[in-house]
Order: sequence, then structure tokens, then C-alpha cells
Amino acid sequence: MENINSIRKNYRSFSTAAWLGWKIESNWTDPFLFAIYSIVKPLSSAGILVIMYSIIAQSDFTSPIFAYLYLGNAFYQYVGAVMSGLAWAIIDDREHYRTLKYIYVSPISVPYYLLGRGVARFITTTFAVVVTIAFGVIFLKIPLDFGEANWGLFILTLLIGIVMLATLGMMLAGIAMNIARHSDMIGDAVAGALFLFSGAIFPLSILPASIRWLGYVVPVSYWLELMRRSMIGSVAEAFPTFSSLTNTHLLLILVGLTLVFGIASAVIFGKLDHRARERGLIDQATNY
Amino acid sequence: MMLPPVTKKATGWKLFWLTAFGRAYPRLVGQQREKSWLFFDVFFPMISVASYVFVYRAIQAPEDYIGFVVVGGAMTAFWMNVLWSMSSQLYWEKQTGNLALYIVSPAPMSAILMGMSLGGLAATTIRAVSVILLGSLIFQVSYTVVSFWMLLAIFLVCMVALYGMGMMTSSLFLLFNREAWHIANLAQEPIFLVSGFYFPVKSLNFWVAVGASIIPLTLGLDAMRQLVFSTGASLGFLNVRLELYILIGLAVVFLTAARYLLAYIEKLAVREGRLTEGRR
Repeated sequence: MENINSIRKNYRSFSTAAWLGWKIESNWTDPFLFAIYSIVKPLSSAGILVIMYSIIAQSDFTSPIFAYLYLGNAFYQYVGAVMSGLAWAIIDDREHYRTLKYIYVSPISVPYYLLGRGVARFITTTFAVVVTIAFGVIFLKIPLDFGEANWGLFILTLLIGIVMLATLGMMLAGIAMNIARHSDMIGDAVAGALFLFSGAIFPLSILPASIRWLGYVVPVSYWLELMRRSMIGSVAEAFPTFSSLTNTHLLLILVGLTLVFGIASAVIFGKLDHRARERGLIDQATNY
Repeated sequence: MMLPPVTKKATGWKLFWLTAFGRAYPRLVGQQREKSWLFFDVFFPMISVASYVFVYRAIQAPEDYIGFVVVGGAMTAFWMNVLWSMSSQLYWEKQTGNLALYIVSPAPMSAILMGMSLGGLAATTIRAVSVILLGSLIFQVSYTVVSFWMLLAIFLVCMVALYGMGMMTSSLFLLFNREAWHIANLAQEPIFLVSGFYFPVKSLNFWVAVGASIIPLTLGLDAMRQLVFSTGASLGFLNVRLELYILIGLAVVFLTAARYLLAYIEKLAVREGRLTEGRR
């Protein structure tokens, strides 16, 4: 009975936070402008890469490297949105709306509440990812055959990836709760660093050997590789970085790293949450 | 304890420049005391620079393109400063309650904006130079400076026009509420794209490049690349001298518009009671 009550409480915390997050993300303007806003940013980001590539490769969009960087950039949007989104929820609620203390004293589960806040960003990012990929397929002729795509692998990888990003986000949320300065930047800083080291828009083999190993220890690299392979298997396998690993190998590594980060996240968030309560940081307003 | 009465009051130009200095001070001095800001202000552009450099390396682009990215990446610091610390600054001041104090004081608003510009420009120059030095060192960029004085002139005029644009748009942000953050956020990647921060703007459609030239960094960056890279001139959008003249024109237009728009919007904001509202 206690377990069922706990599950109900977690679900209620999660769903209410998801609804709240959606309202915060979207109701600052009318739906049309919000849709434009959600499309323009990701398309511009992809546009920079498209122009850079087209100048050098004389618009040969059929090359495997183009599909590699375009899809990597499209899927990477989830990393910034989900991971930073969770950390941002702490800053938003504590500094901006000044409601974090009320959330803590209400009968909800704070970790599930934070996970729920990440849902809105996941939804808007999914919209942006779909639009970016559709643009690539329609206008840039990316060789993506929806009939050939491995949808089972795609959905499985996406789900594991979201869990993995959420666990990273929880860690950042714990850190954001405990620091007075730059809490608004840690999400972007980690997402930026991962963008570089995960080989999102270039094969890892391009990175200097001294820092390449970083790409092999972050789960995002494996996740992006699997996402690309599920869409265009042959193209992604053409690069040497992970070509010796099968999809099963990659999946096992991704699951293993997600478990490691998941356990670390639960422990770290628990400790940081306790520290924040102990030091009176839950209702801190730094105005930084 | 009562403060002693003010016996010497500054008025006119003296008040203007004292106000400008007072507003520039936190950016000139205060900002340098927080060393971690310098780290983040250099770290973020460097991440983008490194990522785009590796993309160019992956597709075997000529070496000058690496330099284009380093210079473009450094210039993003100015755009981010104008966007977040000029245009949207009055919105933040409203949120923190400072805006009402500015308005009720005898200090002219234009002097406050001027101070923000000068302080922001000086602080950002340190960051941009750091990005160029680091980027050039790490990625071994070589420069061929055609004319140092022309380069300096282009940079200075570009900055006057850019910060003039920031002063002009800051008045518009005075009217924004929750959308301010999103609008500033929206003006990042699309501007990086159309202004050619990471590639020569000439690669875009001619009319797109003409439209993007309303943003001073588009022509400023194009001219600077023409003046410091051996292949720059062949990849330039317009003649450097013509770009300088256009930038001078933009500077005059933006500074004049800033003066009139600020007075108009301030009146409008007072009339509509928007100076002290804090809708979240």
C-alpha cells in the first residue's frame, strides 16, 4: 500500500511539473509565434553547418560526412534541452519565481518534480528535431529512407538517451542548488563541452589524440552514434571512430554508462539536496 | 545618520559624463574583479570556435577558414554583450528595481546607456582578444595584415555602430516582459547565420547579405577578414572602403535613432506604467 502511494505521489509530482513546465515554456506568447520561435533557432543552427559545408564541399550533400554532422547536430538539441532544462528549473523556481521553498514544503517528490519540468523541453525539442530532419531530407536530400530506418533501435536509443540526459541533468540541478554564482551557466557549459567532446558534428578521430579519450567516456558519444545508425546505418558506420563496434556493443555500453551515471546521479543529488536544506540554500536569492 | 547636503551639483555635459562614468565603472572595474566571468566569457566562444574548427578540419577546408572561425568566434563576444548587457539591460534593471531609480534621478538616460556601452565595450574587448589569442595559438592561425590603420578604423566604427544599435534596441526592451529573455535568446543563432560569423558572408545570397548588413558586425567582420587574411579579399562581400562608409552611416543612424527612440519609449513606458511592473 505504501509503495502504491509512493508511486502515485511520484506520478502526481511528475505530471503536474510537466504541465507547469509546458505553461512556463510556451505561454509567454501566442502559439503561432511560439512555433516560429521553436523552429527558427534550431534551423539557424543547422543552417550555419549547412553553409559551412556547402562552401567547402561545393554543396555535395550526398557525402556521408554531411549526414553525420547534420543528424548529430539535430539530435544534440536534446542534450542541451533536457540536461540543462532540469538544472534551469532550480534557477527558475528559486531565483526567478521564488517558489522553490513552497515546492519543497508541499507533499511532492522533488526529483520527480524536476524530471517533470524537463518534459516540456523534451516536447519542444522533439518538434525542433523533427523540423530540422525534415528540412534536411526535403531540401538537402539527406539519404534518409524512413522505410529502411531501424525504428526499434531508434525508439530504444531515444528512451535510454532521455534517461541518461535526465540523470546528468539531476546532477547539475543538485550543483545549481548549492552554488551562488554561475548556476545559470553550468547547464550550458556542460552541454557546450559535451558538444565538443562527443563528436556531435565531426567524427571523434578529428579531435587531437590528447583529448579524444574524453569522447569515449561520455555516454552522449555512444548515444549519438546509435541515433545516427538507427536512421542511416551505412553512413554512420563509414567512420572509423566506432566502426569496430556493433549496434549491440554500443547499446550495451550506453546502458552500462547510463546505469553508472544514474546511480551516481541519485547519490550526488541526494547529498547535494541534503546539503542545500542544511545550509538554508533552498530559498536563497542570489540575484546573480 | 544624515548625509551632508550636496553643495556642488553637476549639470549639463558634466552631469552627462559623470553619469556615463558612473555606469561604466561596474563594467570596467567590478566585472574584472569577478575572474570567473572572464573564464566563462572566454570558455563559451572557445567551445563554439573549437567545434566549428574541427568541422572545417573534418571536411578539409583551407586553413584560412580556421582563422575566419577564430575571428568570428571572438566577435560573438561583442554581439552577446550588446544583446544581453545592452539591449535587454533595461529589462533586467526593471526586474531588479534599478530602472525606476534611474528615471527619478537627474541623470540622463542616454548617459546611462553611454556608460553601459563604454564599460561593456572595454570589458568585452578583453574577452575577444583572449579568444583570438587562445584560438590563434591552439589552432595555429596565421594572419597577413594588409593595413593596420584601416583595420583599427573598421573595428572602431563597427563598435560605435554596434553599440549604437544596442542603445537603440534597449529602449524597445523597456516595453517587453517575459518575452524579453526569449527575444534576446532568439537573436543568437539566426544572427550568427546571416551575419556570417563562421563563414564569409559572401557565401550567402546577395540580398540576404545586404539585409544582414543592417547588423554592423556583418560588414565589420567581413572587412576585418579581408584585411587580416591572405584569401580574405577574394572572399569579401564588398570593397573594404565601401564597408567603412556604410558602417559610418549605420553609426550615425543608430545613435540618432537611439536618442529619439529612448525619449519616446520612456514617455510611453511612464504613461503605460511599465517602468516598475515585474510580470514574471
